Amino acid sequence: MSTTTEPRAPASTTVEAAPTPVVRVTVPKRSLASELRAIKIVWRRELIRYRSDRLRMVTTLVQPLLFLFVLGSGLQQLSAASTHGVNLKTFISPGILCISVMFTAMFSAASIVWDREFGFLREMMVAPIRRSSIVIGKVIGGATVASFQGVIVIALAGFVGVPYDPLLIIGIFVLQLLLAFTITAFGVMVAVRIKQMQSFMGVMQMIVMPMFFISGALFPVANLPGWLAVLNRLDPLTYAVDPMRRLVFNHLTISPAARAALDPGVTWFGWHVPALLEAGMIVALGLVMLGIAIWEFSTTE
Amino acid sequence: MTGVNGTRDMADQPAIEVRGLVKNYDEVEAVKGVEFEVATGEVFGFLGPNGAGKTTTINMLCTLITPTAGSAAVAGHDVVKERDDVRRNIGLVFQDPTLDGYLTAEQNLRLHAELYGVQSDLVKPRMQQVMTMVGLWDRKDSVVGTFSGGMRRRLEIARGLMHSPRVLFLDEPTIGLDPQTRRSIWEYIGELKEREEITIFMTTHYMDEAEWCDRIAIMDHGEIVALDEPETLKAGVGTDRVTIHTDDDDATIAALAERFGIEARKSEGAVTFGVPEGEQFVPRLFGEWDPAHPPIKAVNVSRPTLDDVFMSYTGSTIRDAEEDQGKDRNRRMMQMMHGGRR
Repeated sequence: MSTTTEPRAPASTTVEAAPTPVVRVTVPKRSLASELRAIKIVWRRELIRYRSDRLRMVTTLVQPLLFLFVLGSGLQQLSAASTHGVNLKTFISPGILCISVMFTAMFSAASIVWDREFGFLREMMVAPIRRSSIVIGKVIGGATVASFQGVIVIALAGFVGVPYDPLLIIGIFVLQLLLAFTITAFGVMVAVRIKQMQSFMGVMQMIVMPMFFISGALFPVANLPGWLAVLNRLDPLTYAVDPMRRLVFNHLTISPAARAALDPGVTWFGWHVPALLEAGMIVALGLVMLGIAIWEFSTTE
Repeated sequence: MTGVNGTRDMADQPAIEVRGLVKNYDEVEAVKGVEFEVATGEVFGFLGPNGAGKTTTINMLCTLITPTAGSAAVAGHDVVKERDDVRRNIGLVFQDPTLDGYLTAEQNLRLHAELYGVQSDLVKPRMQQVMTMVGLWDRKDSVVGTFSGGMRRRLEIARGLMHSPRVLFLDEPTIGLDPQTRRSIWEYIGELKEREEITIFMTTHYMDEAEWCDRIAIMDHGEIVALDEPETLKAGVGTDRVTIHTDDDDATIAALAERFGIEARKSEGAVTFGVPEGEQFVPRLFGEWDPAHPPIKAVNVSRPTLDDVFMSYTGSTIRDAEEDQGKDRNRRMMQMMHGGRR
């Protein structure tokens, strides 16, 4: 680990060489401003770490790209008849964006487990700030990083037949931002209670993949077998994929039959759930999980 | 120099005041009602084997864990009721590293300053000051992951000082470091005492380092068994220490008891005991040593050290105590692994 040679500490010489007055600082009482400052620095740390970790940027992109271009192109051969001429890659692209955001968000949340293992969490825990500031900073940081990753996938829109319409891009960006927030909050909520990285990775695999497969990222959500329809409506990711897909299909020029087959929309007992409600549910869920994460974090010693 | 915000009157008040502090973990009594005071500007050492309750005590003083009973005030603030006020006024250097290895040295310190709300215009000058002190200013842009163990510890000390704490807690600051780094860390502590109004509370299990402290408290099995200046403690022992090497320790102990009425014991592979005048005892020892007794191979007489102080209060040397407690801990860990987590 010690790759550098230790420079001799010039302790005895500094006494004579530095007759400068001691710089004394004071730590102010806790206030809203100091909490915001703490949130900001926790957030910035996440960004600094993301920026310095190029490998992570690349590795978290591999899986979505594999799904999109390999699985998408491959299954296109089988599904050409049933997609009414719509490119399968276009169809699954909202789902792939969601899984990409999800993975990055979960990885960001995992940093709380790392911080605990490597001791850095303690440095934050003993600072004269609220525990909630640490959690909020982490969640906003993770969400920011995850949406960066999402932007890279959004940038590929042209390759999968999604038009570069400013309104469409903005809409998708906002939706994936909400998802990034909620998933990070979820990840942090889980991570706060977990002491080891391996356990967290296990939990993540157990939760993320089923959520992804059940959500309808890869298939239309109408006419599913009963059990799957129930699971699908319970899966939060469903309500992120659905409005995103609707937004994409609004900007495609395709036949009504194709639209009905591929973008049937999520229904509750026959009632069509509006996109705005779906987005609202994602946000509400995120806020609830953030609240639980804060509560959990404040009660750990 | 007067403290900020007119805290001059606080100099009369003890920096740390502990009254009947208790911490229990399940059935284990980790700290059993300790009491002491640390004066402002003092370097106060907590001495004892691993597992004696030093870290538990320090964690209670730092507001990291809540005491089961008793009270403690640090920098004039109660550690339970005024947790934030305590935290604003203390600096911490833990036994285990708590730096972010992915950030540079400067980023680590800046993060600390932001978390503590240090005035923005003072962050840079203060940072330069503390990093220069530990000899790392020229390495400020290096990523901490590339630092050696000694450099990390020095950086942690600098970070602990970033917000000008009134009390600096150092939990085993020199553990696992090479002698040169250990010495330079003591130099920083001496320098700090000169330059800043700061009280230093530290734990150590290196006897030689405890000599540097103004006062030391010896802790054993969750209790403070002695508390005074190192010199006074040593003078209080009143006996020289004699160590005899033979091939048969048990026979030697028996012979000493029979012939001289001395109660000796085994320690670190030799027989050891205390007598009032060590140099005068040695000729007597050889004069009266029976050829039937195990032949003496070597004798060593020494003035009382802190080791002897520790021994006279706890009945064992610090290393023996650690071996015992180490075995104890291993046993507990085995139980924990089989019985699930606490």
